[in-house]
Amino acid sequence: MVQLTLPQNSKVKKGKTWPKPQGATNLRAFRIYRFSPEEGGNPRWDTYWVDMDRAGTMILDVLIYIKNNIDPTLAFRRSCREGVCGSCAMNIAGRNTIACTKGFEELPSGEVVIAPLPHQPVVKDLIPDLTNFYAQHAYVQPFLKTSTPTPEKEWRQSAEDRTKLDGLYECILCASCSTSCPSYWWNGDKYLGPAALLQAYRWLIDSRDEATGERLDDLEDPFKLYRCHTIMNCTQVCPKGLNPAQAIAKIKHMMVERVA
Amino acid sequence: MSGPQRAAARPLSPHLQIWRYHVTMLASITHRITGAALYFGTFLIAAWLVALAISPETYGAMDVVLASIPGKVILFLWAVAVMFHLFNGIRHLVWDGPGIGFSPKVASNVSAAIYILAILSAAALMFAASAF
Repeated sequence: MVQLTLPQNSKVKKGKTWPKPQGATNLRAFRIYRFSPEEGGNPRWDTYWVDMDRAGTMILDVLIYIKNNIDPTLAFRRSCREGVCGSCAMNIAGRNTIACTKGFEELPSGEVVIAPLPHQPVVKDLIPDLTNFYAQHAYVQPFLKTSTPTPEKEWRQSAEDRTKLDGLYECILCASCSTSCPSYWWNGDKYLGPAALLQAYRWLIDSRDEATGERLDDLEDPFKLYRCHTIMNCTQVCPKGLNPAQAIAKIKHMMVERVA
Repeated sequence: MSGPQRAAARPLSPHLQIWRYHVTMLASITHRITGAALYFGTFLIAAWLVALAISPETYGAMDVVLASIPGKVILFLWAVAVMFHLFNGIRHLVWDGPGIGFSPKVASNVSAAIYILAILSAAALMFAASAF
């Protein structure tokens, strides 16, 4: 349901400004979303001053710098630090992306606001609860489904059919796209969202998959697929440069073609 | 009882409050707003036709209202809404039909172009209408 404002318990209050590091010449301010389930209360914006000469080049480096040098209680997910695991997805300067591949020189000047992925329940600080997102991924059954007997060696695919999967299989499930989508914000419980639909399309056009009809049946209702209004936020933010909006349009095409 | 305590109601992370709009997102919401505006604009057309049907005097009075500055502003905004909805509607057809124009760069440029085109064509329409 559309609710443009945040619920009472989610309104972000002004937090504290942490002291500037001594002797630094190249300082930049970062306003970061803080919420602690132990402390309770409303979330708040804390401001940190970071010495950019010592903080590396990426936003993830900045967060690690803050955790190591200023405030060890700051919580965020991270793992690979090179854009393949999708753990550190968050909203940086108003756009979703993964912190490890976002250089701070790419951002607009001034204070950088960092928040968790939008319109999700927050576990702590920059960590959203993605249970619903993963359930939607499971719903599209992202694995090969066949009915013919399994071949002796392997399921074969021509090089040409294989190229159809390019731009689809690279998804790292960071959730940047789904949580960027206003349609997903308002109807995330019923609309599957761009990430799950991109994955659905990846299996729909796989030449080896034999469950195309069932897969389309599973998407055929007013919400799961058709809440996409081509707002394009998903494609604008994808840190891997994929195009969920186009994949969704192609699924809609398949829906029409099988009736025609 | 030890162990992690059950979390109090989890807050909802900010969304519209922090989002930096893309022009494509702006075009999408504008499409919806102009669609709604067209619905109410239809009443204006209906009122104009009803006035025409009632009597020449009523029609004349309606004409005076529409030719006033506020009347002209409303007509202009309505024309912008018509044109925006028309051009963006065609773009939706292109997305859904041939399925092209999905790259972020093209989609952003086309969105910006539709805003400019809508305003220019609405102005042209007003100019043409005032010439008669």
